[in-house]
Amino acid sequence: MDRFEYSDARLVQGEEFLMRENGVKLYDGDSKTTFEGGELVVSSTRILWGRPGDIPRGQMCICLPLFYIVLVEEEQRTFSFSSSRKFVLHLSEPRQGKPQGPVTWSQHSFIKISFKEGLHNDFLGLIQNALMTRAWERLSLTSPSSTASIQNMADRKWRSGIVGIERKIEEKHKATDESISLAFQDLSRLMNMAKDMVAISRSISTKIREKQGDITEDETVRFKSYLLSLGIDDPVTRGAFSNQTEYFQSLARQLAQMLEEPIKEVGGMMSMADVYCRVNRARGLELLSPEDLMSACRLMSTLQLGLCLRTFDSGATVLQLSNHNDSMIVENTAVALEENGSLSATELAKILGISVLLAKERLLTTEKQGRACRDESLEGIRFYSNLFLTKEE
Amino acid sequence: MRRRAGVGAIHKQKLEQEKYRDKGTEIQENQFEQMTKQMEVFRTNLEDFASKHKNEIRKNVQFRRQFQDMCASIGVDPLASGKGFWSVLGIGDFYYELSVQIVEVCIATSYKNGGLITMDELRKRLIQARGRSKQHQDISVDDLLCASKKLRIFGNGFTVLPMGKGQYLVQSVPGELNMDHTAILQAATDNEGHISCLDIQSKLGWELERAQRGLNYMLREGLAWIDTQNPKEQTFWFPSLFAACVNSQS
Repeated sequence: MDRFEYSDARLVQGEEFLMRENGVKLYDGDSKTTFEGGELVVSSTRILWGRPGDIPRGQMCICLPLFYIVLVEEEQRTFSFSSSRKFVLHLSEPRQGKPQGPVTWSQHSFIKISFKEGLHNDFLGLIQNALMTRAWERLSLTSPSSTASIQNMADRKWRSGIVGIERKIEEKHKATDESISLAFQDLSRLMNMAKDMVAISRSISTKIREKQGDITEDETVRFKSYLLSLGIDDPVTRGAFSNQTEYFQSLARQLAQMLEEPIKEVGGMMSMADVYCRVNRARGLELLSPEDLMSACRLMSTLQLGLCLRTFDSGATVLQLSNHNDSMIVENTAVALEENGSLSATELAKILGISVLLAKERLLTTEKQGRACRDESLEGIRFYSNLFLTKEE
Repeated sequence: MRRRAGVGAIHKQKLEQEKYRDKGTEIQENQFEQMTKQMEVFRTNLEDFASKHKNEIRKNVQFRRQFQDMCASIGVDPLASGKGFWSVLGIGDFYYELSVQIVEVCIATSYKNGGLITMDELRKRLIQARGRSKQHQDISVDDLLCASKKLRIFGNGFTVLPMGKGQYLVQSVPGELNMDHTAILQAATDNEGHISCLDIQSKLGWELERAQRGLNYMLREGLAWIDTQNPKEQTFWFPSLFAACVNSQS
């Protein structure tokens, strides 16, 4: 019982709430104590006990750090009339310089916790899990004061030449290896340790990049990893909407927001297959079907999102910036004609850095709108500014 | 102790420095090896989790993002549904996932093949990038054809062209976005207005197939003229470049 400390009934940062139970009695060894009928909270680093109502109000309570626990077992009941269950917690020696607690000295090295009003959680499993995870180690590492002291100790221990450095590196690797294998034991554990694992995976890949330029030779894997890294946090899903229209509208908004930059980068136009791949990579596991994608993209022009869907005469569909619409294109092409005197499709393609087919299409559109005239010759078709429009006489 | 002066001391110092340097590289090599190993562990684990716990991962919003971050840094594909009984009937994510992966391979390789790839090569690359476990490897050309049907809704921008004898060619870049012809023209400009397949292959580093395709298209469109009298190989001339060439010579 002398391992208990006084504490605020508040979880510190990084500490995780695991379970809560009422009507709990504590035993010092086998003997009864005055701590009965209270509330018990188990976190990832401590067991807290408080008088009824104290813990929710954040008042003073007593707590037992989990690192004292050596073994937990359930006491076998001889008469099982009540729903009460009892657990025995074997504890290690009290640490030096520990904060004050309710009992200064005890002859027993174990305590019992009795759940008088029944037990609704898997106490044994949770504690054992917490003991395995050893969350307090990570917590003490993050708190600044203890980090400094550990660092000092480490420096002293390792400041001994190359062998020291090698040992240090070795230990670091070992620790990483261990935490990786621990994290991947099952999904719930990986979820708990996800933040650390993300950090480790990043540091591994940066190190490898530094050394050999990239994580792999395979260009597909490189591209995949690039696309995945542009993920979106909260993909719009069909399930979140009661009606179809709303779903497609929000989807269209999200897509437009996400795609505007990449489309600008590739020159204002992106084929739908390309869009489909990028969108789904960014969404990760929330796949979007081609049909839904098309429906959302069709809405973009009416919602004025800066992007719109376009189908070429050839049958290819692309998503393009809205300012690439016909009137803008005609205007720009007419200006280009004026500047250069005359242009063929190939010349325009070279000037604008677009495909020949697209350049030709643009010139023909300009012609259709009366802003260009053609000159057909052996060298192909050339386009000139329509002087009938601009010259008065 | 006072340091000894003279040639011997300098030699010794040099030797020491070299030893330190060797040790340094050794440690670095070691560390790199360790990192590579850890990455392998990470990769297998992530692949495993992606295929086993897909739905649980999907449900947890925060973790989903974290999982994706991990996949991104290690280069693992989170889409790892196996081909099940239902996928044959078109139900489930398998073919949709495959279609995303197909486009991905096409885009990733388009810088060197101009958006044209044979189905066999596509399959090889896709399997390689997908993952190491057996279910990732077990993908047939038929699966790929089936998956690419899902992309038909995007029109002619993404097409699978049958070549006969069970061979297929996948075209992922629509003509409107195809920069090949512009590149050929540029190359021809630097070559006095004419160019041949071999020239293109050596200048632009393309494959024969890609070069021929580009030239034939321009021939059809009337952008290029063909000269069959060249004893070595056919040459293509670009009338639109004649004026520019004449001007530069005069």
